[in-house]
Formats: sequence, structure tokens, C-alpha cells
Amino acid sequence: MDKKRRQFLKIAGLSTIAGLGAPAAFNLLLRGQSSPISSYASSGGGAETSHGPAPTGVRLGMVIDQKVFDANKGLAQKCINVCHTIHNVPNFGNKKDEIKWIFQVPYEKAFAAKSHYLRNEHLHSSSFLVLCNHCDNPPCVRACPTKATFKRKDGIVAMDYHRCIGCRFCMAACPYGMRSFNWRDPRPFIDKATYNKEFPTRMRGVVEKCNFCVERLAKGLKPACVEACGHTGAMTFGDLNDPHSEVRKKLADNYTIQRKPSLGTLPSLFYII
Amino acid sequence: MYDGKYIIPGLIIFVALMTFPIWKNMGNAGPVPKPEKPKGVTKCVESAQFMRTSHMKVLDDWRDEALREGDRAPIKVDGVKYDKSLMLGCMKCHTEKKKFCDECHVYTSVKPYCWDCHFLTKETF
Repeated sequence: MDKKRRQFLKIAGLSTIAGLGAPAAFNLLLRGQSSPISSYASSGGGAETSHGPAPTGVRLGMVIDQKVFDANKGLAQKCINVCHTIHNVPNFGNKKDEIKWIFQVPYEKAFAAKSHYLRNEHLHSSSFLVLCNHCDNPPCVRACPTKATFKRKDGIVAMDYHRCIGCRFCMAACPYGMRSFNWRDPRPFIDKATYNKEFPTRMRGVVEKCNFCVERLAKGLKPACVEACGHTGAMTFGDLNDPHSEVRKKLADNYTIQRKPSLGTLPSLFYII
Repeated sequence: MYDGKYIIPGLIIFVALMTFPIWKNMGNAGPVPKPEKPKGVTKCVESAQFMRTSHMKVLDDWRDEALREGDRAPIKVDGVKYDKSLMLGCMKCHTEKKKFCDECHVYTSVKPYCWDCHFLTKETF
């Protein structure tokens, strides 16, 4: 083993080049095949694919007719009560811990970008029902590090509470503030008399939000809030991609607005104001 | 070695005392858990042996199918339909959590967090 300094430097140089060059060459040649590994490595991998059109072609959405809600005082509250009851949403009795799936806000909170000077009279006085927008390009899904929140094939942005670690990135990512965090154990604060025995509760330390009533849709029912509105036409639910659906008819016949459309989240909720 | 006559027997006694619990319970695994099977039902979704070792995997698979793939259709085994659900499936037959789930979970010191969110009508009300 009597290596000359000159020889050693040659070998070291060659092996450095080989070491750096080989992976680069593999990446160039086998680009298509190495992707599954990298998509597992980054939490955004799955989210990126979900930004395209939904594979089934179904995109569930909703049209909320504020004129009907203005005409029927108490209807919005009925929707809220029904939703919160069947989903075992706790009532902590204070603003700080509040859990909300669907709630009412004034115009300037719901449509912050549209709160211009001297607007229509009824926009000052009425409250707007807000719930998860089930965006086609959901920022919460991209922010979630555990894929606890995800976009289903039918466009619903759903949550798997088993996987939620309570980091609240999704709450920061949601530009609509539609997510709530369980700061305390919610179970003691659910009204025992109205407990829905078929739907689980949540635990302390998870984020929750509207799920567009996936458990009811699976049974062929409409979302609870839509059902609560009955035949008033205050809320219309259906497939936004089906040109013959009821929602599409509503959208074609009326001028509708969305919440913060400029952010590019592509909300699936539309408001007739 | 100085004082070897004290040190070596001392060490032997010390080791014997320290390992006493092992000697005493040699070949005895303690009271074996006896989960109470539901009455009037003879079959589950899989064989008893499979369920014993892999029920948690079944629950995970059901959860992912129902939540992520939206496939909530009940599974059919030998003509019997079972809902893919802990609360609305498993617990329909295995109504006694304390006598069934807890039997083994306590014995093996496993603490699943199912019941933080899911609940038993019987025990919650």
C-alpha cells in the first residue's frame, strides 16, 4: 500500500465526480419512475394532484339564496341548530372556545373584499350563513402535514380526526376562518338530550369543520342544513359539474357572488344576494 | 480477593433476590383474558384467529375506505351485512365493551383512543 500523493489525488477526484454524477444521471434517465418516493416524502405531493379536476367529474357545491333567508327570519338559526345537533357540536358557552360548523356573519365579514361604501340597504342589516366552502383548490389540504384533511373525489374537503395532530396549520391556511379547534374536551359540553348516537364526537386537540354531511350523502340524504330549509329554496345543493343539476340552474338564472374569489381557492359555495 | 467469603455469597443472594419475580412466575402468564363473545352470534367478518391478531388493521382499513374513498357500503360475509363502522358495526354485536374490548386491552396494557370520540350509547348515557 504505497500510494503516491499524485495517485491518491487522481482516485479521490474520480470518485468525487462519479459520486456526484451518478445520481444526477439516474434522475435524468429515470425521472418518471422515481416520483412515488418523492410524493410520499413531501406532504404536498398528494395535494398537488388533487388540484386538478376531480376524477369522478363530480364537484358538490351549494347555492345560498340570501333573499330567502332575509324573508324567513329564524330559518338560518334553524339550519345552524340542526347541523350542530346532528354532528354533536359542543356548546361551550363562550366565544373563545366556540366550535362552529355553520354560523352567521354580517356582510362585511363574509364578503370582505366587496364591502364598498354606500351599499344596498339590506346588506347592512342581514347576516349571512357561512360554512366550509369546500374549495376546489383547498389551501387547508395543502397546509395539513398529516393529510388529516383531504379532498374527496366528489370535491368535498373532509377530515379524518384520527390523523389530526392539532397543529392548526389548516386554520391558518383557511382564508375564511371556517375551522374550529377543540381547546377542551368537547364531550361534556354536548347536550345529552339531543346527542346524535350515530355520529362520533371529537376529542380535545383536533380541528373540526363542516363535512358537507358526507355521512348523510352516503345514505342518499341531502345535507342537514339544506334539508332544514325544506322547499324554501334558501339552500340548493348538488353537482356543480352536471349542467342539468338544480344548482347549475340556480347559478345560470341568478347573479351570484363567492367569498374572496380573488384568492384562487375556487370555493364551491355561491351566494345570491 | 479480600473478603471474598462475604462478597461472593452476598452477590449470589442479591442476584437471587432481584430475579425472584422471574423465578416465581416462571411458566405462568397470569390470568388469561376471557373476552365474552356476543350471544346468539357465531360469525364475525373474519375468522376469530384473524380478528384476534388483525382487528385493528380491519378498523383502519374500514376507516380509510369510508372516509377517504367514500365507500361506506356495508360488507357482506356469508349473506350477512355488516356496516363498516366501529360504533354502528362492531358494537352492534359486541355490545359489552368492558367484557369484550377491555378484557384483552387491559391485559396487554394497550390503550387505544377509540372511545375519545366514538362512544357507546350504553355507557355514555
